Amino acid sequence: MIFLDNLINGLSLGSIYAIIALGYTMVYGIAKMLNFAHGDVIMVGAYIAFCGLQYWGLPPVIAILAAMAVCTVLGVTIEGLAYRPLRQAASLAVLITAIGMSYLLQNIALMIWGANPKFFPPTFINSTTFKLGQLNISSATVITILANIVIMVGLTLFTAKTKMGKAMRCVSEDRGAAELMGINVNRTISVTFAIGSALAAIAGVLLCSSYPTLQPTTGSMPGIKAFTAAVFGGIGSIPGAMLGGVLLGVIEIFGKAYISTELGDAIVFAVLIVVLLVKPSGLLGKPVREKV
Amino acid sequence: MTKAKRNRLIYNIVTYALVIAAFILLQSMIANKSISRSLKGQLVPICSWIVMAVSLNLVIGISGELSLGHAGFMSIGAYTGAVVSGWLLNSFAVESTLLRLVLAILAGGIMAGVMGALIGIPVLRLRGDYLAIVTLAFGEIIRSLVNVLYIGVQDGHLCFSFLNRNMPEGVTMLVDGAKGAVKIKPISTFAVGFVLILITLTVVLNLVNSRAGRAIKATRDNRIAAESMGVPVTKYKMMAFVTAAALAGMAGALYGLNSSTVVPTQFTFNQSINVLVFVVLGGLGNVLGSVISATLLTVLPEVLRAFSDYRMLVYAVVLILVMIFTNNPLIRSFADRLIAPLKQLLRGKKQGGDEA
Amino acid sequence: MKKLFAMMLVVCMLLAGVSALADEPITIRVAHIGPTTGAAALYGLATLHGAEIAAAEINAGDGPYHIELINQDDEHNVEKVINAYNAALDAGAQMILGTTTSKPCEAAGAQGYIDRVFFLTPSASSTAVIEDKDNVFQICFTDPNQGLASAQYIAEHNLGTKVAVIYNNADVYSTGIRDTFVAEAAQRGLEIVSETTFTDETTDFTVQVADAQNNGAEIVFLPMYYTPASLILKTAADKDYQPIFFGVDGMDGILGLEGFDTSLAEGVMLLTPFVATSTDEHVVSFVNQYQAAYGEIPIQFAADAYDGIYILAAAAEKAGITAEMEPEEVCDLMIAAMQEITVDGITGSMTWDASGAVTKSPMAATIVNGEYVFED
Repeated sequence: MIFLDNLINGLSLGSIYAIIALGYTMVYGIAKMLNFAHGDVIMVGAYIAFCGLQYWGLPPVIAILAAMAVCTVLGVTIEGLAYRPLRQAASLAVLITAIGMSYLLQNIALMIWGANPKFFPPTFINSTTFKLGQLNISSATVITILANIVIMVGLTLFTAKTKMGKAMRCVSEDRGAAELMGINVNRTISVTFAIGSALAAIAGVLLCSSYPTLQPTTGSMPGIKAFTAAVFGGIGSIPGAMLGGVLLGVIEIFGKAYISTELGDAIVFAVLIVVLLVKPSGLLGKPVREKV
Repeated sequence: MTKAKRNRLIYNIVTYALVIAAFILLQSMIANKSISRSLKGQLVPICSWIVMAVSLNLVIGISGELSLGHAGFMSIGAYTGAVVSGWLLNSFAVESTLLRLVLAILAGGIMAGVMGALIGIPVLRLRGDYLAIVTLAFGEIIRSLVNVLYIGVQDGHLCFSFLNRNMPEGVTMLVDGAKGAVKIKPISTFAVGFVLILITLTVVLNLVNSRAGRAIKATRDNRIAAESMGVPVTKYKMMAFVTAAALAGMAGALYGLNSSTVVPTQFTFNQSINVLVFVVLGGLGNVLGSVISATLLTVLPEVLRAFSDYRMLVYAVVLILVMIFTNNPLIRSFADRLIAPLKQLLRGKKQGGDEA
Repeated sequence: MKKLFAMMLVVCMLLAGVSALADEPITIRVAHIGPTTGAAALYGLATLHGAEIAAAEINAGDGPYHIELINQDDEHNVEKVINAYNAALDAGAQMILGTTTSKPCEAAGAQGYIDRVFFLTPSASSTAVIEDKDNVFQICFTDPNQGLASAQYIAEHNLGTKVAVIYNNADVYSTGIRDTFVAEAAQRGLEIVSETTFTDETTDFTVQVADAQNNGAEIVFLPMYYTPASLILKTAADKDYQPIFFGVDGMDGILGLEGFDTSLAEGVMLLTPFVATSTDEHVVSFVNQYQAAYGEIPIQFAADAYDGIYILAAAAEKAGITAEMEPEEVCDLMIAAMQEITVDGITGSMTWDASGAVTKSPMAATIVNGEYVFED
């Protein structure tokens, strides 16, 4: 029973990592950049939803849509202002810019919402608890897992079937060739950021539904863990992000429950290292063959 | 002497000369007391950050590997330094602060170097972003482990304990878990920091300009080509990685012994990122650039104290703008066009001067 | 706020410097050092705001001393705090109200010990802050004190015998309280059935709560600040686990947490010297001013810093500090004066001994219907 309980806790945590990792992996796959500000877009999304629920009295669904709208605009703006001018630059320059953007978002949030934490109000997402025998499963867990599956399937279909999705795959494969084929690379990347940021808003709401304290730094640690999860599953791979996230959550909870709460994070990272040493491109990542 | 060689020589001389001149200037300011408390207090940390930046530049700029766990090596150095210094004082009654400091820095360097080798063997097989994430993971692991590490000293021998604080009665704690390294006697001096910078510069510049350095750079530029030319890629990468780790450990010992306490939370992922920012802003592979940017970016937030709440905001904006302005091809060519006439003017004048 | 100032029981008024009373007030320069940006900004801003309100009150009154407040940000960082400290002295500070958090205070206090600069920390509570340093005084309880008092209270009131402890093992405050709590609990016949940890970045507490639940803990001791505590209460509610949650002074603030469903905290007990919902008129006046100025309910940190400014003013008067004195001179005079004064503040009646630790009594409160109810 304790084992099952831990498993459910692990799945719940893992599904949060997974949903953040999906955003990371999308942007990485197409724009080939580590968007370190992704965790902070999540934080902004959560704050907008919080304001919608707490101050403006919006119904939860509208509040989430508002958060998605704001995050989409934010993501596209960040991409256009900060990342687009660096399209040709070395990847490190883009990384540093993303880190700068992360600091910027955190400090703006600090100015707008203050340093005191907010407690994310209960919504339909986390208001009920399902009982299965002795097990208690929060509705937030169920909804997060469902959301993950829907988003994963949706993204997979989107990239496989639609014109824009195909364009994304082309850009991901070879940006230069895609441009030559008449694909508008800038627009494709903008759309990627728009989708990634809208997902971030959903992730923010789900994150705060499970773990309701909200601060300007709320996004950073889940961001890093989700990034780890994305790499774990094979960065750039949509099912990989999902798998990596869920596994990471389960490992973290099991490590804490059965080995030591002190070493929980160390265990997660140790497993990551072992996996990468055995399978250097992650669990579901495609090995990149080198051309000479 | 070829032109390239001459340029390199000039670059090295300029680097050393600037560092030495800055040291002499600051020392004379200290001597006639015209230096502010605030700047004086920052001198040793600046030395540590310069060494951190130059050593990370060896990994990132020269060897071409993105490492996000450099602060982990710094923490190993800081803790080792604190333990060694405390042990020497407590068990061997070494009163000379200089001797303790030097031994502590050496121990910090050796310890971090050994850890660098242990980590490097498996990790350097990976590439690019994967290497980055694994170094990040190692940094976080080191931090988690240090957080549950207890070291005390009693009757001349060290007592270690892990996870639980099982210490004999009356022990003097040196490292106390989450409380970090405690009751350190601050013994770091600016002069030693300066010498450490000189050593770092000598090691890194010599390595870069040596046969090994050329091999490392060849590996960075094209690994496959280098490998097919018979360059033992892994060996040279290890060399750069371990050297950088050892230097970071020395910087850590200097840094740790400048304060009365050191905590694991000082050496997080964010700290590694800070050093990375020094390196990138200073220019990849540009050692002098790392020295200058580490100095400026350590001093800048202090100068911006007047802005208090907006300080980090300004820092973030400056960071983004600098990256865009230095890396965007359009802006760059525009800037070049602005500078070109000036350059022409300078060159013209110089030639004129020669004729005269 | 003449009234409040009169509340201060200054034991001896007839010392050098008091003669200035009739003339222009003496302005002393106090530096507040705390994290006003970064992850711990919540605490640094609270102490800054509390100090600002007290300084404004004092400056509006006609006491013999006025306070000029200099603020320096330390980002809750052991390196930056030295910079902040040096910048404060460069800016002419004569004494320090700070620093807000323990580790930075330990580092800055040690530097101050060498330079001879007086520190009064509102909220840095670890023993290392005052140990081996005669120049640092505390307003808050030391951590071991709180652990001891909590274990005593639980045992004396027979709240239960099976205790779970969840603490932040990356935090000095949390581990400091936990260490003495566990030691005292053993003495008092309390059984620690579960002990789990977390760090600053932890958001998931399912393992910790489940461990306490599965081991049948009747009391869960939470030596931590209210942010992680709120998550633990939420997790326990989700799991239908209803032990007695017992907190320490860091728990105060949980009822002011915006959006927090206070029914989650129903029945939570805590030992604290200050509660914002107290009906004491000085507390009410402070809370109202704080809310008017900053739009938030003050947490205990703010109250400690508010008292801190009054304590500094009282000690300065006792010591006869003048505006021209250098920090070195101020330091020794203040150390002597601190041991002679008694201050009745909003966090209780306080006296100090040479160690720098404060003597005051905590109150045990239980949260009932979203409000504190005091025992005894």
